[in-house]
Amino acid sequence: MTAKIAYDDVEIGTELPAQTFPVTRATLVRYAGASGDFNPIHWNEKFAKEVGLPDVIAHGMFTMAEAIRVVTDWTGDPGAVVEYGVRFTKPVVVPNDDKGAQIEVSGKVAAKLDDNTVRVDLTATSGGQKVLGMSRAVVRLA
Amino acid sequence: MALDQSFVGRTYPPTAPYEVGREKIREFAEAVGEANPVYTDPEAAKALGHSDVIAPPTFVFSITFRAAGQVVEDPQLGLDYSRVVHGDQKFAYNRPVRAGDRLTVTSTIEAIKSMAGNDILDIRGEVYDEAGEHVVTAWTKLVARAAEEA
Repeated sequence: MTAKIAYDDVEIGTELPAQTFPVTRATLVRYAGASGDFNPIHWNEKFAKEVGLPDVIAHGMFTMAEAIRVVTDWTGDPGAVVEYGVRFTKPVVVPNDDKGAQIEVSGKVAAKLDDNTVRVDLTATSGGQKVLGMSRAVVRLA
Repeated sequence: MALDQSFVGRTYPPTAPYEVGREKIREFAEAVGEANPVYTDPEAAKALGHSDVIAPPTFVFSITFRAAGQVVEDPQLGLDYSRVVHGDQKFAYNRPVRAGDRLTVTSTIEAIKSMAGNDILDIRGEVYDEAGEHVVTAWTKLVARAAEEA
């Protein structure tokens, strides 16, 4: 495991480079296939509306997979992630147009822990709404 | 109707091994737009100290969630899966999942709560490799929303 960021070089409050992740209906079809989660709320607008959703929504696990990229792109080695947890607070609604939706993710070092690890708190929003709560990762730095 | 509290602590038998393939990891990485070569190029993975390509951190969910199916589909538990949403998800990694792993999952019901008519189910999945070494623990919180009055 070889993180490219050194523990001694970060402080509480250090901000990680923020990223924006686009998501369209095509993205969701690919994710459904790769993950094996074929729940129709993620690809069938008629079904999604019948169960009370505004439109097709992204898989929560897709959003979770994108959010951690802010951490893994920062450390270089995704194998440096020790813990990662989120709460799914709001769905990412994905309209059937050319643009789809965007997931905006930022993160900052919230605590320096033992054994060269730090806790990173992530913020993920889509359409101005927070879509993940309690989104935290513990990562081992160099 | 609230779920039976006596299921708390119940552990289900380990699943049959899931063999993690390089191409499955590549497919997952591409689906989430990942370009890090540690997911697709064994040499890049070795340069970081891994023995083969590793999987993105959330990849293992597709294995643990399938295992959790033993719980959610347990007819004795009686969960109405059509009303279930994913509440929380957490992972604690001992090491990353990598190509060639043959992983089994042992699922345990950690907690059952009832709040405002919703059933809340916490399932812990312990993931082990073929040598019996612990790889990752996954905690999945499922919320079965209260049924509307007929």
